[in-house]
Amino acid sequence: MALILEPRREPSRAMVLAAPLIAVVATLVTGAIAFTLLGYDGFGAIREIFVSPLLSAYRWQDLLVKAAPLALIATGLSIGFRANVWNIGAEGQYILGGLAGTGIALAAYDMEGGWILPLMIVCGILGGMAWASIPAILKTRLNVNEILSSLMLNYVAIQLLYYLMRGPWKDPMGFNFPQTRLFTDWETLPMAVPGTLIHIGVPIALALALTVWLLIARSITGFQIRVVGLAPQAARYGGFSAPSTTWLALMAGGAFAGLAGVLEAAGPFAQMVPAFPTGYGYTAIIVAFLGRLHPVGILLAAMVLALTYVGGDTAQTTIGLPAAAIGVFQAMMLFFLLAADILVRYRLVRRRQPTGAPAPTAAGVPPQASPDTLAQEARAEGVAA
Amino acid sequence: MTTTLLISILMSVAGAATPLLIAALGELVAEKSGVLNLGVEGMMLIGAVTAFAVAVTTGSPVLGCIAAMAAAAASSLIFGYLTLSLTANQVATGLALTIFGTGVSALAGAPYVGITTQTLGLLFPPSLATDPIWRLVFGHSPLVYIGLLLTLGVWWFLKHSRAGLILRAIGESDMAAHSIGYPVLTVRYLAVLFGGAMAGLAGSYYSLVLTPMWAERLTAGRGWIAIALVVFASWRTGRLVLGAYLFGAVITLELQAKAAGFSFFAPEFLSSLPYLATIVVLALISAGRRNARLAAPACLGRPFRATA
Repeated sequence: MALILEPRREPSRAMVLAAPLIAVVATLVTGAIAFTLLGYDGFGAIREIFVSPLLSAYRWQDLLVKAAPLALIATGLSIGFRANVWNIGAEGQYILGGLAGTGIALAAYDMEGGWILPLMIVCGILGGMAWASIPAILKTRLNVNEILSSLMLNYVAIQLLYYLMRGPWKDPMGFNFPQTRLFTDWETLPMAVPGTLIHIGVPIALALALTVWLLIARSITGFQIRVVGLAPQAARYGGFSAPSTTWLALMAGGAFAGLAGVLEAAGPFAQMVPAFPTGYGYTAIIVAFLGRLHPVGILLAAMVLALTYVGGDTAQTTIGLPAAAIGVFQAMMLFFLLAADILVRYRLVRRRQPTGAPAPTAAGVPPQASPDTLAQEARAEGVAA
Repeated sequence: MTTTLLISILMSVAGAATPLLIAALGELVAEKSGVLNLGVEGMMLIGAVTAFAVAVTTGSPVLGCIAAMAAAAASSLIFGYLTLSLTANQVATGLALTIFGTGVSALAGAPYVGITTQTLGLLFPPSLATDPIWRLVFGHSPLVYIGLLLTLGVWWFLKHSRAGLILRAIGESDMAAHSIGYPVLTVRYLAVLFGGAMAGLAGSYYSLVLTPMWAERLTAGRGWIAIALVVFASWRTGRLVLGAYLFGAVITLELQAKAAGFSFFAPEFLSSLPYLATIVVLALISAGRRNARLAAPACLGRPFRATA
């Protein structure tokens, strides 16, 4: 009695919501078994990473602080992914956002005033957008695939950071360490809740994610993004241009990543250091998918992925789990999500006896997608595109 | 003196080009069958760490290379299962494979950081390569020759073999190929496995030939450059060699300029040259022919599902 996959008439909304949960649970179980087989305390690792941070008030603060940039970047990326624009350069846009904010902070080092921090934030957003405009120009003018161009710029952004830290922006009083001065009080984020780690970036991230939710659900622009991703030809017929959607998608990605970058620089870091890029730009891709490209889902998914960072730190010291294990957990989550997604469009049924009506011979195209599964459904454009 | 310098630069170009060429050949075959695997970087890292670990443990770099191919091919099966059997999105799955490979290789490689091992060595006895000119012919790592032989093999396979014709047909029109009875998914699985094995072999070049050591993210984005090379080559085998050696030259330029203490450009700028060059080259190739899209296999990146 073999189980086979049978196409559903309509994508299952229940499975759209269940797939991320299935993915997280499957990751926990597989991770526990795999790390036990590798000679670590696998079940201990799961407890330390995914449970113990939730039991401590202090770690909750850390969770929120780490979830904020992930949610911000993923919200921006999800706009692009919905429109089938694959911006995987968020890491670079995040770095440029941090650098642009730092530039203002260093220029205003001798000054005081409430205008400095807002200016830093605006410049951070513009910095991320500027970096994202390169793949946007290349895509719309020269038809260069945005996956490759945006990714290559991540490596360039890291080198730019190293250059600025080693040379022009090095703290003159810093004993030759490759890092900037500490930001002044005017240049660092105030706390949202006094006496905690929670800076104002956390409520900003929350508010922006909810704003985007309204925008996508209610505005013409949101409709355009969805239509261009789902049915490019229909969109063209309806007067939505693909180039303007590409621009919109990349600018949104760059703006959110840049904002996340400047908030990190002015918040937890309070200076610029070579260790500034922590892979949030890549992890946010997982957050966007695990959150089903939906702003509320992204907030929840950002908390789950923030757990892997916070809990991973703890597991390193308590049970000696290597830092690299975090990346493995994160990748497993995405793998399991992608696998579980087939249950949205297909259901498992027992193989029927061949006495029934003859089955269709070929069905290369799965049934219609619901908006929530847009990006999963959206076919990747050829790399030549 | 200048001859010796020129020869050593050419040797270095061939060395830098070889892993790009090998990985790009694997990706070319996968893409020709209609599968876009963006996991090359991850598979290369898995190959690199496996090659190093096996070489350290067994003392045999050759065994290391073989194990690298096996391990990377195994990791490509995850990608194959998700995208082919479960029709998952190929772009997202490929990204997941790269993230996975980066994490797994860092995890597995942690005990090997900071130690060194025997390199793969040369194919021909050094006595053949004493003269500088002959060094250019006989003085390379075996993988340099293997890369060129593989190019010939892939070119012949795609252009002149029946199996290659079927593979290309599947990449151009999976439905049509399916309806006349070709096993679409089997062929695509094999193409993905080949891509994985080649990425693994390319990875082993970094840990056993270029630098006999392991470090996290050793391949530094070269897997992505290999994917870009396939676009640059317009999915043609011959131009893949040209592209790989061009990028080998860019990488050599970077290393030579750094070694010479050439201070006009910051070293960070030199380090970003291969990535900037990739963007520039992609821009030129895409702008040169407005219909570059036509060169790509028509079914590239699309899921296919045939019900029984």
